[in-house]
Amino acid sequence: MNPVNYLYLAALLFTIGASGVVIRRNAIVLFMCVELMLNASNLALVTFSRLHGNLDGQILAFFTMVVAAAEVVVGLAIIVSIFRTRHSASVDDSNLMKL
Amino acid sequence: MNSLIPLLIAAPLAGAALLLLGGRALDRFGHWIATALAALSCAFGLVLFFDMLGRDTEHRAVTTRLFSWIPVNGFQADVSFQLDQLSIVFVLLITGVGTLIHLYSVGYMAHDERRRRFFAYLNLFLAAMLILVLADNYLLLYVGWEGVGLASYLLIGFWQHKPSAATAAKKAFIVNRVGDLGLSIAIMLMFAEFGSFAFHPVFSAAGDATEGKLTAIGLMLLLAACGKSAQVPLQSWLGDAMEGPTPVSALIHAATMVTAGVYLITRSSAIFDLAPDAQTAVVVVGAVTLLFGAIVGCAKDDIKKALAGSTMSQIGYMIMAAGLGPVGYAFAIMHLVTHGFFKAGLFLGAGSVMHGMNDEVNMRHYGGLRKYMPWTFWTFMAGYAAIIGFPFLSGFFSKDKIIEAALAKGGTEGWILGGCALLGAAVTAFYMTRVVLLTFFGEKRWQPDAEGNEPHPHESPKTMVIPMVVLTFGSLFAGGLFSLGDSFLNFLEPVTGFEEGHSPLNALTVSAIATVCMAAGVGLAWLMYGRSPVPVKPPVGSLLTRAARRDLLQDDFNHAVLVRPGSALAATLVWFDSKGLDGFVNGLAAAIGGLSGRLRRIQTGYVRTYALSMFGGTLVLVASTLLMRSV
Repeated sequence: MNPVNYLYLAALLFTIGASGVVIRRNAIVLFMCVELMLNASNLALVTFSRLHGNLDGQILAFFTMVVAAAEVVVGLAIIVSIFRTRHSASVDDSNLMKL
Repeated sequence: MNSLIPLLIAAPLAGAALLLLGGRALDRFGHWIATALAALSCAFGLVLFFDMLGRDTEHRAVTTRLFSWIPVNGFQADVSFQLDQLSIVFVLLITGVGTLIHLYSVGYMAHDERRRRFFAYLNLFLAAMLILVLADNYLLLYVGWEGVGLASYLLIGFWQHKPSAATAAKKAFIVNRVGDLGLSIAIMLMFAEFGSFAFHPVFSAAGDATEGKLTAIGLMLLLAACGKSAQVPLQSWLGDAMEGPTPVSALIHAATMVTAGVYLITRSSAIFDLAPDAQTAVVVVGAVTLLFGAIVGCAKDDIKKALAGSTMSQIGYMIMAAGLGPVGYAFAIMHLVTHGFFKAGLFLGAGSVMHGMNDEVNMRHYGGLRKYMPWTFWTFMAGYAAIIGFPFLSGFFSKDKIIEAALAKGGTEGWILGGCALLGAAVTAFYMTRVVLLTFFGEKRWQPDAEGNEPHPHESPKTMVIPMVVLTFGSLFAGGLFSLGDSFLNFLEPVTGFEEGHSPLNALTVSAIATVCMAAGVGLAWLMYGRSPVPVKPPVGSLLTRAARRDLLQDDFNHAVLVRPGSALAATLVWFDSKGLDGFVNGLAAAIGGLSGRLRRIQTGYVRTYALSMFGGTLVLVASTLLMRSV
C-alpha cells in the first residue's frame, strides 16, 4: 500500500483530536483527544521513517510515547483530584484563579 | 611637650562627651567638671606658651601629626596640628576668656534646668574653636569651622522653647552655611591648583600660581570669613544671635566664632599678599562693616543688640587691618585680643545687669543702676573706656595702630580708609557712651515685668563678678603690655610678617586726632542722653534712626533680593514638576493602564480558547513557511 495513505490517516486523526480539544468541556474527553493527537503524530513520524528509510522518526516516536505515558499519569491524577474536590469534570468550572 | 597639643583639644571635647552622655547623675556638679576642663585646657595652653617662649624664633612653630585621616593615593588628609605664634595667641584667648565665661555661667545659669547641657555645648564650642586654630591644613580647619557652626546653633537656640530663639539659631546656621560654601570651594580650588590643602605646601607654592587663581581663592576665603565674622553682606545673623543666653553672646563675640574669620584671613596671608584684588575686597568689606555695625549700634535700645552692633564694627576694624597686608596683620590680631577682653567684659556686665533686672534688655527701662551694682558698674566702665579708645587703655593702642596702618595705605584710598576708621572711632564712642548713660546714669525708668514684678536690682553672685574683674585687668592693661617695646608685634612677626607703614601723619598726630574724635562722640552722646531725661518710649527719630533700628534694612534687603525671588523660583519649579513632569509620567501610566485593561479581556480563562489560538497560530506559521518556500 502507498505509505502516503498513512499520512492522510494521521492528519485525519489529528484533526479529530484537535476539534475535540477545542469543542468539548469534559476533562476526560479533552484528555483522550490530546492522546489522539499525540498518537496521530506518532503515526506520522513512523510513516516518515519508513518513507526516508532511516530510524529517526521511530526514535522520536518512542520519545513521544514515554512523554505521553508520563503525562497520562500526572494528568489523570490531577483530573481525579479536581473531580473529588469540585464534583465536576468540566474544565470551565475550574476558574478559581480568574479575575 | 608636643603631645600636649592634642590634649589641649581633648580636654573640652571629653567634657562635652561626658556631660552629654553622663545623664542626670551629673546635673548637680557637671558644670564644675566643664569649668575645670576648660581651665585645664587653658593651663596646657600656658605651659605650651612658656615652652614656646623658651625656644628661639626659628624653632617656635611645631607640628604634630596625630593620625592619617583619609589616606588615598594622591589625596592625603591628616589630623595634624600646628602650633605657632599665631595659634598660641588664639589658644590663650579662647581658653582663657572661655574659662572665665564658664565660671560666669555657673552663676548665670544656676536656675536653668538644662544647665548640664549648656555647659556641654560650651565645652564643645571651645573644642571646635581649638581645632580650627590648631589645624595644620584647611580640611581639618574646616572640621573645626563646622563644629563652631554647630555649637553656635545649639547655644543660640538654647532656649528653644522661645520661637524667636529657635528662629535665630536657624538663621545663624543658614547664613553661616553660605560662608561655609565659600570655604569649601576655596579648599577645592587649592587642591586643584596645588594638589594639597595643608598650610605649608599651599603657602610655599602660592608664588607659582596665577594671580587670577589666587584672587578666586582669596575671594572665596573672604566669603567664608564674612559668614563666620558677621561681615557685610552676611552680617544679618549676629543681631538675632542675641536670643541665646548672655554668656553665649560673650563667648561668640569675644573668644570664639567671630574671630575665626580674622584668623582665616591672617593665616592665609601668603595667598592674600599675592592677590591685591582680593585684598582690596577684604579692606572694602571691613571698612563698610565697621561703619555699618557702628550705625546699627547707635540706634538699638536692646543692650545686647547695641553691643552686637559694636562687635560687628570692631571685627570690621580687624578685617580691614588684615586686608591691608603685612602692615596690618599683627595689629588685626592685637585688636582681636584686646577686643576679646573688653567685649567679653562688656557682655558679662550686660548679663549681670539683666540678671539683676528680671531679664529686661531694653536700656530705656534701666537708668541709675550704678549705685545698685557697683562691681558691675566699675568693670563695665573699664570695658567702656577700653573700647572707645580712652588714652593708654587697651583699645587705644590697638585701634590707633589700625588707623595708622589704614592711613599708610597711601593716596586717596589711605585717606578714605583712615577717615572711615576715625569716623568709626567717633561713632563707637557715641554709642558706647549712650549705652553707659542709659544703663547706669540718669533717673530710674524701671518697669515691672510681664508678671507685674517690680525689679529689685542687686549685685550678682561672686562667680559672676570674679570673671568680670579679671577681664577688667585685660581691658585696662593688655594693650599697653602688648605695645611695650612692640612685644606683641615682634612675637607674631615670624608668622604674619611685618612691614613698617608710611603714614602721612605721625603716630602722635593720629593718636591726638583719634582722641579728639572719641571726645566728640562722648560729648555728643552726653548732650543727647546725659543732659536731659531720657523718654521711656523711644522717639520716632530720623529716617536713618528708624532704618538703623531695623538693622539698616538688612533683613528687608535679604528678603526682597534673596528670599522672595527664591520662593518664586521654587514655586515655579514646583509647578513645572507637578504639572509638567508629573503630568507626563501620570498620563503615560494612565494610558498604559487603560490599554492593559482592554487587553486583559482577551484572556478568557477557557482552555479551549487558548488551544484554538495555538492551533490558529501554528496554522499561520506553517502556511507562511510553505508560502515562502513556494515563492
